[in-house]
Formats: sequence, structure tokens, C-alpha cells
Amino acid sequence: MQAPETFETPAAERVNYLNAQYGLKSWLLTKDHKRIGLLYLGSISFFFLIGGLYAMFIRLELLTPQGDFLSSATYNKVFTQHGIIMVFFFLIPSIPATLGNFLVPLMIGAKDLAFPRINLLSWYIYLLGGVITIYALLAGGIDTGWTFYVPYSTTFSNSYVIATGAGIFISGFSSILTGLNFIVTIHTMRAPGMTWFRMPLFIWAHYATSLIMILGTPVIAITILLLAFERLAHVGIFDPANGGDPVLFQHLFWFYSHPAVYIMVLPGMGIISELIANFSRKNIFGYSFVAFSSLAIAVFGFLVWGHHMFVSGQSVYAGMVFSFLSFAVAIPSAVKVFNWTATLYKGSISYDTPMLYALGFIGLFTIGGMTGLFLATLGVNVHTTDTYFVVAHFHYVMVGGTLLAYLGGLHYWWPKITGRMYPEGWGRFSALVIFVGFNLTFLPQFIAGYLGMPRRYHAYPPEFQVFNVLSSAGASILGVGLLIPLVYLIWSMRYGKRAEANPWHLPGLEWRTPSPPPTENFLVTPLVTWEAYEFAPPEELRVIGMFKEDESLEDADAVINGKPL
Amino acid sequence: MPESASTYSSQVDALYFYLSGVTIFFTLLISIVLIFFVVKYRRRSLYEIPRPIAGSHKLETLWSVVPFLIAMSMFAWGAQIYFHQYRSPKNADEIYVVAKQWMWKIQHSTGQREINQLHVPVGRKIKLIMTSEDTIHDFYVPAFRMKADVLPGRYTTQWFEATKPGTYHLFCAEYCGMNHSGMIGSVIVMQPTDFDNWLSGNASQQAPAVAGQQLYESLGCVSCHGARGEGGRGPSLAGIFGRKVFLTNGQTLTADESYIRESIENPGAKLVSGFGPIMPTFQGQVSPEQLIQLMAFMKSLQVTGPQPATPAAAPAPGETSPRATPNAGTTAPR
Repeated sequence: MQAPETFETPAAERVNYLNAQYGLKSWLLTKDHKRIGLLYLGSISFFFLIGGLYAMFIRLELLTPQGDFLSSATYNKVFTQHGIIMVFFFLIPSIPATLGNFLVPLMIGAKDLAFPRINLLSWYIYLLGGVITIYALLAGGIDTGWTFYVPYSTTFSNSYVIATGAGIFISGFSSILTGLNFIVTIHTMRAPGMTWFRMPLFIWAHYATSLIMILGTPVIAITILLLAFERLAHVGIFDPANGGDPVLFQHLFWFYSHPAVYIMVLPGMGIISELIANFSRKNIFGYSFVAFSSLAIAVFGFLVWGHHMFVSGQSVYAGMVFSFLSFAVAIPSAVKVFNWTATLYKGSISYDTPMLYALGFIGLFTIGGMTGLFLATLGVNVHTTDTYFVVAHFHYVMVGGTLLAYLGGLHYWWPKITGRMYPEGWGRFSALVIFVGFNLTFLPQFIAGYLGMPRRYHAYPPEFQVFNVLSSAGASILGVGLLIPLVYLIWSMRYGKRAEANPWHLPGLEWRTPSPPPTENFLVTPLVTWEAYEFAPPEELRVIGMFKEDESLEDADAVINGKPL
Repeated sequence: MPESASTYSSQVDALYFYLSGVTIFFTLLISIVLIFFVVKYRRRSLYEIPRPIAGSHKLETLWSVVPFLIAMSMFAWGAQIYFHQYRSPKNADEIYVVAKQWMWKIQHSTGQREINQLHVPVGRKIKLIMTSEDTIHDFYVPAFRMKADVLPGRYTTQWFEATKPGTYHLFCAEYCGMNHSGMIGSVIVMQPTDFDNWLSGNASQQAPAVAGQQLYESLGCVSCHGARGEGGRGPSLAGIFGRKVFLTNGQTLTADESYIRESIENPGAKLVSGFGPIMPTFQGQVSPEQLIQLMAFMKSLQVTGPQPATPAAAPAPGETSPRATPNAGTTAPR
């Protein structure tokens, strides 16, 4: 690709947010949203590795039907800790706290988030929660399942329930603060001309996510507090032996934990909107439908928690209402998938690594979403809930959805974040390996689940073995696929090709400032005169470096009208 | 497909095929269109800028409304078979299930006890009345496509009619601690004659209603509720299950297993209108299994004479009397 002209000093000599200050203190006390994003990136990667290690133990154990690799007590801890680490310390903060933190100000033309100190505080809170949780894991671990169902967790479990709960309780505040920061920033700090409907869809998705973070997270905090009271003092809120109601806990838990699914997947959808539009050089098809579907998901997401409890003894009429609403919340997701697909129509589609992730996301999210309909269907839910069908479904949404979007976004913005390009060949190769490994891991679990294999089983009847062997084989491919980017991304930070300000030739604001950006993001406050994903005006293209200065506007016009130069 | 061995399982499978068909159709549709676009509109020159397309309200409406209608068909079908499955038929044989870490204790209404095994005949409706001694469990028989949580301090029910003799998996499907995956057993479906032989071969044990009567006497329930549950200082117990109960606080409820349990363990909670709070609590004195025996005894009591328990507003004639046959079972919708 021919290097377009840049209008800034050569990257090596420029002062940017990375080389503005050196030393540990300059990182630990930074108020720069970009540096805080990197702090988060490092810490969630650490937790992802731990969670992945647990996943490896699970898949090793399930290779054979007998429980021969781990004891059942250890296995119970392993799957519990896999869930807790991955959900609370990787998936929930993954996209918002790293990419969101880095990009929300850049994409709306702001100098930083509205509350830089609170932003730093949120990272410390997250870290404190993480450290307490790691302490609980090292001290002896927890075996309640990530769902903490009572009365097992309050009365019967002899593990570190309260310490782990404290870790989650504390890290929840980092979520709330991040959400608060995003909402205030998006409301008040958009650059001149950046109207609501000119915002990139990534921003809309983060706005919707922040609403859930602020409204939902306090509920899990209260739930964990009640759980701790019950476990310590047996006050009788949840334990039927003291006149409590165990189903009440499930209501409270899922009131947060179902919307939390949307905390995990909405930012991913935001990334996919960016990737699909930008790598096909098209404005997104039905921009406002995609934007509002994020809000619709955020609102309806609060009304469907009962679909986790169709067999828990709740009333049959409640079941019907929750089933109906669960189908309703599926529609905005379907609208997004159709709009992404339609965006590709008559586009100019490149096959760069981020786009491969985006295309993979659409396929896997479609399967994840459609199998969600099986679980929303009352009659089928009775058979499939608490089996591997559910496990496969939510991994399709969480891994096939969120993780692929996260990786796609990380590759896409890597040049902006680090000022270096990742190796494209390795990128495409690992995207392919991850896609194959993922499907081999989780497709067989749908079958095992419908055949009746319950989840959280340490040993299982031998007829399910073939599916588990396939799954474990897939998991090892997936594991290798995930290690490749880890290696080459770290490698590229030092040895990668230097990135231009706008390596993908895109109109977004974040590409109109050097890579890596200066500490204040933009040297002059940008004035936004274009719509989101507007590739058209030739003068604009010249400004953003798509054309050399000596090319005439007629040539540009020819390009826009699709005529050969 | 897993084995299909109940009247319900074939209904679930039919719906499952429908859902799978729709899923495969849409997944293929999206994938094929995606691949077609990605190949056809691949970037051919570095500088090409395609024409923007704003969107289309017609298309947006189409792909919101069509998925919604399909979703509603799934909802209605799923809700219909769930609703049907949820309401136990009146003529079902009752079997009691008590779950504990990590075993299933099962007792037939004729007295046979089993552990981690459930023998049932083909072609007869079976209703399970389930409770737990400790944490939450879940009674799951994949071949019947049925599953329900088993809760401590509560009674949940599910029913089935087996269609095919054989031995099927019984799983605990709600994580319950260390040996969760060991809390498995089997459901053995037999021809009715074989089942009757099996029953008579195990007939030495006491029926729960008989055991319940002995408990009823030894706990002293007799003194207030009467030897045959006809009532006295306490309300009548004959025909209590499924009956409307009027409380001192003005509320009404339909008596079911959970209400009876609560009234034994915490009698003051929901007093029947017209009676004082004179009953002592039996919390901790009666095990979940003994509770089931007491209830089995109450269900065996016949209604004699007019109803003294609900003086404020007697139920409409004909509402209680048809149910007052012995072993009528719970009719309360749960």
C-alpha cells in the first residue's frame, strides 16, 4: 500500500502520550485516559490468562468420562473460578475499560474523559477487587459456581465465598465509575459539530452500556452484601431454614447478571459496526436503527432476567411474560445483524485482520443469538437449561461475540494505540485458527446438551465422551490461536512497522490525529463537518491523507464515481 | 436426538426441529449473503470509494417484523406445551421425591422406597412431589425432556407419562456441591404388569399415609384437628388440599403442600379465619419426609358432613365434594 502523505512531524521525533513522560510513577499516577486504557489492557490480559488456564483444566478433565484428572472438589472450584474471573474481571471490563477508555474521547474529539481522576480511581478499584479475588483463589478458592446460588453458598459451601464476593463487590464500583465517566463525557465533551447523530456507533454502544453499568451494578452489590449477611449471621433472607426464600436470590442475581450480558456484548457490537462500515468504506446501513437498537437492548435487557429461572419454581405466568420479553429483546439484535450485512452491499471490502474478526463475529453471533431463542422458548428451555446447550450458547455470545469483537478492535486500533503495525499475515492466520478452534470447541456442546449432558459435571456417562473429546481438541486449537496474537502484538510494540496517522484511510476523528496521539489527543480542537462513516467529499479525503496533494480534485471525483483512474 | 420416552418428549422434539430449521435457515442465509458480498464487492483498487447508501425504512420494517412474527410463533408454541406440562392432571399417581446431598430418596404412595432409582409403569400419569433437605437440586430426566428444581422448604411438582419401557438417566441438574455429578440415578420404565409384580415384591414397607397417621397421633395433632381430621379447636384437615382457605388477615389462599408445611412449622404465619394462634410450632421436629407422610395422611381423609373450616364464606357447592375422594391428590394449580 502506498504511503499517503502525512502532515505532521515524523513519528520518531514527535512527543506523544507514550513518550511524554517516563518512569513507573508517570504511569501509576497518570490521568491520561489513553494510559489508563493501557493499564486496564495489561490487567485484563492478566486475568484472561488465568481464566484461560482454568478453562484448560476443565477441558483436560472432561476428556474422559471418569473424574480422573482433578478431584471433584477441585473441579468445582476450577469451573467456578473460570466463570468468576472471565465474567467479572475480563468480559465486563474488557472492551469498555480498554478500548472504550482509549477511544471514547478520541472519537468524539475530546481531550480526555470528563473525570480523569475518577478514571484512574476506577482502575485502582478494579485492581483492588482483583487482588482480593486472587487472594481468595490462592487461599483456598470458591466452589459455588459463578452464580453463587443460595442456600449452597450461604450454608453448605466451605470455601472463600465472602472474600470472593468482596472482590466482585469492589470491582463493581470501577464499572459504575467508568459508566458515569462515559455518560458525562459523551453528553458534554463532544467536539464542535459532533452532533449525536454524527457519533460513531461505537460511542452509541458505549452510551447504552454505561446506562446498564450505572443502573445494574448497584443491584449486584446489594445482592452480594445480603449474601454476606446471610452467610455470616444467618439473618434469614434467602435460607428457607430461617424463613427466607432462595428463589429471591436468583431474582436479584439475574436482575444484574442478565443485563451484564449486554454490558459484555453491546460494546462488541459497537466495534463490529465500526469495522464493517470502515473496512467496506461504506456508511452503515440504517445508522439510526443500529444506534437505537443499542438503547433498546439496554432497556429491554432489564426486563428479561426471569428467563434464567423457568424451572426454578417461579409462577407459570411469570415464565410466560419473561419468555415473551426475551423474544422481544432478540429483535434489535437481529436488526443489527441484517444492517451489518446490508452495509457490505456494493462496498469496497478489504480482507484485513480486523474485518476477518468482524465477519467471524457476525456468523458466530448469529448462531449464538438464534440458539438463545431455543432457551427463550419455554417448552424447549425446560429440557436444555442447565445442560451443555446453555454452555455452548453463552460461549457463542461471549467468546464468539465479545472476544472476537475485542480482538478485532484491538487489531484495528493497535496502530493508533502503539504507533506500530501488527504483522498482517500472522493476524489473518490467527483469526482463522481462532475461528476454527472456537467452532470445534463449542458446536459439539450443543449436541451434548440436547442429548442431556448437565453442566458442571465432573464425571459424566460415557456416551457423551465423543463430544467432549472434540470439544477439548477444539479448545487446544483455540488456545494456540489466542497465544499467537499475544506474542506478535507484544513483539510489534517494539519491532512492528511504524504506523501512520491513518493507516486504514478512514474518516473517523481518531484517525485525524497522529499515531500514537499526543497527550492532549488533538493539537487543535477538531471541527466536525461530516457524518459518521462519510467517505465521500474529496477535499476531506485529501485532508485525511487519502490523496496526495498533487492529485487533482477531478481525479478524486473519478475515484468517487468508481471510474478507473 | 436423545431417546424419547414420554408423551411430552415428542412435543418438545417437534418444536426443537422447528427451531433448528429456522436457525439453520437464517444462519445459512446470513453466511451465504455475507460471503457473496465479501467476494463480489472485494476492494479492487486502493482508492475506490463506493457510493453511500443511506438505508431503507422498508427493509428495516421487513427485517424487524418478519423476525418478530417468527419469534412469536416460537413463543406461542413453546408456551403452549410448557403450560400443558405445568398443570398436573388430577388422576395422576403421586410419588414423593426427597433430594439431599447427594442422593434421591423416592417413596411411592403404596409405601415402596427407592434410592437413586424410580420404577414407573408405562402409560400411567405420574406426578412427582419434590422437596429438598438441604440445598437446591434439580430432577432431570432427559429422555422425558423434563426438569424441575427441587427446593428446600418448598414443594415443586412435575408430571409425566412414560411411553417406552427402558432404563433412562436421572440427573441432578442444579449444581449442589462436591458430589453433584454423582447425584445421578435411573428411571426404570416397566410394562404395567411387570410394575405390579415389582410393587408386590417390595410391599413390606408402610404406605406414607399409614406412617402419617401414626405421626399424626404421636405428635398430638388429634387433640385439636380430630382423629379423622374433622376439626375442632383447629381447622378441619379433611379435603384441605386444593380448598380455598380464608385467613384472619382477610386474605384467601388455596391450600397446597407449601401452605401445609408452613402451617406445621410456623402455625402463626397464616391463621385460618375463626381460629386463634394456639398451635405450637413443629419446626425442627418433623423431617421433610415426615411432612410428606403427614400430607399423604391428610390427603387420605374423607370429608364428613358440612365444612366447618371456612365459616365466613363456604365454597360453592360442588367445588370441594368431587375432590373429597380418598387419594384425590392435589388439585391446586402450582
